[in-house]
Amino acid sequence: MATITKHAPSPTVTGTPGSRLRRRARSYNWFGGGLSWVWLFIVMLPIYWIVITSFKTQDTYFVTNPLLPPSDFTLTNYKTVIENDVIRYFFNSVIVTVGAIVPAVAISFMAAYAIVRGAGNRLLKVMNSVFLMGLAIPLQAVIIPVYLIIIKLQMYDTLAAIILPSIAFAIPLSVLVLANFIRDVPKELFESMRMDGATEWGTLWRLAFPLTRPALVTVTIYNALGIWNGFLLPLVLTQSPDQRTIPLALANFSGQFGINIPAIAASVTLTTLPIVLLYAIGRRQLLSGLTAGFGK
Amino acid sequence: MTTIAPPVVRTKESPRSSGGRGGSVVWMALPAFVWFIFFGIIPLIGVLALSFTTWNGFGEIVPSGLDSWRATLKDPGLPNALWVTFLIMALSWAVQTPLSILLGVFLATSKRYREFLAVLFFIPLLLSSAAIAITYKSLLDPSFGLGSGLGVEALNQDWLGNATLAMATLIFIVSWQFIPFHTLIYQGAVRQIPTSMYEASQIDGAGRVRQFFSITLPQIKYTVITSSTLMVVGSLTFFDLIYVLTAGGPGDATRALALLMYRQGFQANLMGPASAIAVILVLVGLALSLLLRRLGGRADESQSEGA
Repeated sequence: MATITKHAPSPTVTGTPGSRLRRRARSYNWFGGGLSWVWLFIVMLPIYWIVITSFKTQDTYFVTNPLLPPSDFTLTNYKTVIENDVIRYFFNSVIVTVGAIVPAVAISFMAAYAIVRGAGNRLLKVMNSVFLMGLAIPLQAVIIPVYLIIIKLQMYDTLAAIILPSIAFAIPLSVLVLANFIRDVPKELFESMRMDGATEWGTLWRLAFPLTRPALVTVTIYNALGIWNGFLLPLVLTQSPDQRTIPLALANFSGQFGINIPAIAASVTLTTLPIVLLYAIGRRQLLSGLTAGFGK
Repeated sequence: MTTIAPPVVRTKESPRSSGGRGGSVVWMALPAFVWFIFFGIIPLIGVLALSFTTWNGFGEIVPSGLDSWRATLKDPGLPNALWVTFLIMALSWAVQTPLSILLGVFLATSKRYREFLAVLFFIPLLLSSAAIAITYKSLLDPSFGLGSGLGVEALNQDWLGNATLAMATLIFIVSWQFIPFHTLIYQGAVRQIPTSMYEASQIDGAGRVRQFFSITLPQIKYTVITSSTLMVVGSLTFFDLIYVLTAGGPGDATRALALLMYRQGFQANLMGPASAIAVILVLVGLALSLLLRRLGGRADESQSEGA
């Protein structure tokens, strides 16, 4: 405090008395600020380019400055993408994501609840360490046996083939994060539920579920994004075009459209739009979801 | 964390009362456990088993002893893939870490810009690797990309057609994709540092650079280890991005382990050797996490929570 008054006090200093941020009456951090803006520029440039290019016609694309907005705004490229079944791929992705995320979060939540409530039970301890170990198993490393299992289940080339392993690989982190949150629920609340004669199943729904809802949202977002953007499982476990999910479809568009860069740009823009819209609506939850487990 | 529950009650009660009733909740963990065993643990054992067989991906699986391992270890593609994997790991770490720290520190300390910057900053995290790879592939195309369109000679390189440039481009794109994530982690860590430490050092006349090296860096040491572990272990599993961007090329310049595995297994139909490569991938990953854990000392607590 003393140091601040020694310098000329700036309005921000007096404006935020209780702030935990470093209150500095010193010069602006030019280095950090400069770096941030440069990086922001680097981040935004490809995004800006892909969006403006998607509205250009193929003819003008080659002759105009690639960084200027289109002079002849067109939606032809979007029409091309839609004519190439993008809607179907979109719904495939929705089916895979919802179909995997709902059971994954539900059974992870149950497991997390059991692990916290049944602390001391040997069987649950074993299960917990299996989940912890599971964090270290990369999907790439087990893709061949997963492929074999899917063939044996006669599910190859179906959306279910993508859903089943996606559920499994969402479980370890979900259980870990959810268990951490359920552990924070005061013990007395569980006790009073028990006194009232509630079953464990009832306690799970009426106590743990409402109290850990933010964590459930976080876990759902984190895993949903991973499944939505997943590439390896659809690549290995499906074959026919009508089972493609969005990322796989994009890779195919890129080959199919060849040098029609505006059409490729439209395919990327259109398929990314839903996620960016969700981001705009729930940025805070999304960001905490992206760092699931780190915030604590 | 649990400020409400008195710690004494907690430790005394939990083993006795919940331990006894533990049996009534065990069934709740079963669906997740069984599911994970089936699609996670059995495949892990399966990949080791398959590495001692010969299988073309659709025919019969024939046990063949060490044949697949012999073929894999003799293949000159393996040392190359290990080297490429190492290069990607080391270079992407070296580029991402300092930038993420600096950006994280800045975002944590300057409230004025954080809100605005943050909105746009994290967009790369939302995009699929496939979308990112396609965007850059088009953007960097020597005939139709940004370089030729602007007519700037320096930008008009065959970015993905030259071995060195392709590796550099890959590192750049990886950084583009993941720096926002690590910045987010560092930003969170820096905000945990008590303000009083900075105030005290300011009284002592420490400048911003001095503060960074004497306070910020030591205070976020464990976060550096966590973030590095994620970067290093994560880099082993880069597949989508490389597959769509270069497919491992030009030649085998960006053919990392995961790509070599896919190529052997699903393109050359040699599932045995591909399984052997997958086993190597698991072992390298385990060795690296253990090594970093050792380096980090007690950081492993936060690490296991994050990964």
